[in-house]
Amino acid sequence: MNVIETKGLTKYYGKARGIINLDLTVQEGEFFGFIGPNGAGKSTTIRTLLGLIQKSRGSARVLGKDIVSEKKAILAQVGYLPSEAVFYSGMRVKEVIKLSADLRRTNCRNEARELCDRLELDTSKRVEELSFGNRKKVAIVCALQHKPRLCILDEPTSGLDPLMQHEFFEILKERNAQGTTVFLSSHVLSEVQRNCTRAAIIREGRLIACDSVESLSRTKAKRIHIQGHVDVTELSSTRDMRQTESGIDFLYGGDINDLLAVLSKYHINDLSVSEPDLEEIFMHYYEDGGEA
Amino acid sequence: MVVVRHELKQSRVSMAAWSIAIGILIAVCVFMFPEMKEEMNGINRVFGSMGSFTDAFGMDKVNFGTFSGFYSVECGNILGLGGALFAALCAVGALAKEEKDHTAEFLLTHPVGRVRIITEKLIAVMFQIIVLNIVVYGFTIGSAAIIKEEIPWKEINLLHLAYLLLQIEIAGICFGISAFLRRGSMGIGLGVATIMYFLNLIANISESADFLKYITPFGYAEGSDIVANVSLDRTLVILGMAYGVIGIIIAYVKYSKKDIA
Repeated sequence: MNVIETKGLTKYYGKARGIINLDLTVQEGEFFGFIGPNGAGKSTTIRTLLGLIQKSRGSARVLGKDIVSEKKAILAQVGYLPSEAVFYSGMRVKEVIKLSADLRRTNCRNEARELCDRLELDTSKRVEELSFGNRKKVAIVCALQHKPRLCILDEPTSGLDPLMQHEFFEILKERNAQGTTVFLSSHVLSEVQRNCTRAAIIREGRLIACDSVESLSRTKAKRIHIQGHVDVTELSSTRDMRQTESGIDFLYGGDINDLLAVLSKYHINDLSVSEPDLEEIFMHYYEDGGEA
Repeated sequence: MVVVRHELKQSRVSMAAWSIAIGILIAVCVFMFPEMKEEMNGINRVFGSMGSFTDAFGMDKVNFGTFSGFYSVECGNILGLGGALFAALCAVGALAKEEKDHTAEFLLTHPVGRVRIITEKLIAVMFQIIVLNIVVYGFTIGSAAIIKEEIPWKEINLLHLAYLLLQIEIAGICFGISAFLRRGSMGIGLGVATIMYFLNLIANISESADFLKYITPFGYAEGSDIVANVSLDRTLVILGMAYGVIGIIIAYVKYSKKDIA
């Protein structure tokens, strides 16, 4: 079953671009990454799916339900973690968590307590006394305490220290193993590479790639590291060229024989060829607009 | 009614402060009445001969020597303006504050329809207005009892009803405005209430500006007219309620489809 399915989903803010003709499919049980830098349209996509903003064109279904006419039913089964968690000032953490449960008409006290314990969250504090990271923890509890079928997470780890990030992803993995679909929007690519099975890359409001993280990482472009003094300027398919103390480092997408032919003219001390990480793929998509 | 409960909890301090402040001011005025009653002839003459000022507050239409006449002008202005400011502030912030304080994202990503949120917020605003009026009414009756003044029930009840309707109308209009705002709602609320108040003063001073009474709710809540006629101007009340209802309808239409920043 498709948990998220958009067809030509478009959102304009007046004349300003939000997202354009977005065709995206996320299947049930996936741990899905949604990658793009700030302003690419990640949050616009999420806010449209959640009904915070109205779509301009196209259609979208979440959990098989229409985002316009069945919004309430969708929100009942979704846990949303915003990039910046803000709560009503004057309230204590436990009151915010209870308000969230009450708005959902559910009693999830036990689940909330367990999440608070794991995230080491002091529920007696007032929300305005909390650091950014602790506010994020409150938002995590509110997003997960009702055991949603779909978790939509917008830049979830900003503000969390590395230990808490680890614990948070442990919780997500457990939920995912129990069948919860996780939609993770992030510009921290290592986070997506470590945790997600599939990912989509969004650029200037348009979806430019959507595949398994493994496939996205598998590209004919290689990271070449050479120790020694060589001149590779005659090669056409090089990018991200970096001079190192002992040699040169670059991304190469051309014929490997051409590379070897050039290198054979020089005396080199060492050569390593490796798969580029997702960050490099991402940069490639952003610089060239596709096709690694 | 989770949203209603939440709204009332959030605003309980301001509601208590406004109710008690207006109530105390009214009680202080009422306590001044016995002294003024003794100097009634002089006061009526002075208040009735202050030109435009007399016209503006309708002080030539009532007898300051009677509790209802005194109450309609002195206390009426306190409850009239104070209540209008409270209603305007409550209503104009009701929807706008969620975006201003960045809490809209939290509230609207829960499975609560926007129509329900608007309805519950409106109920919370109206509930606060009713509570304020009950508290102030209590202060009036209590302070009148303390000075052992016989209460002209019909006039007092009509006056309080008029101020309640005035606040409901202003709340309705400001609620509609609230749906369009993202920040800085307080100034607009204060502005609406104050402009309405001054429009009535202008209408009282100048005959050519009499039409303004059809715009401002202070037209039908003019204390001196209510005490003099022992009735409310139904046409103005119906018109005023229509303005309030239009404001509320606009709030539903706009906020149901609003893009939340």
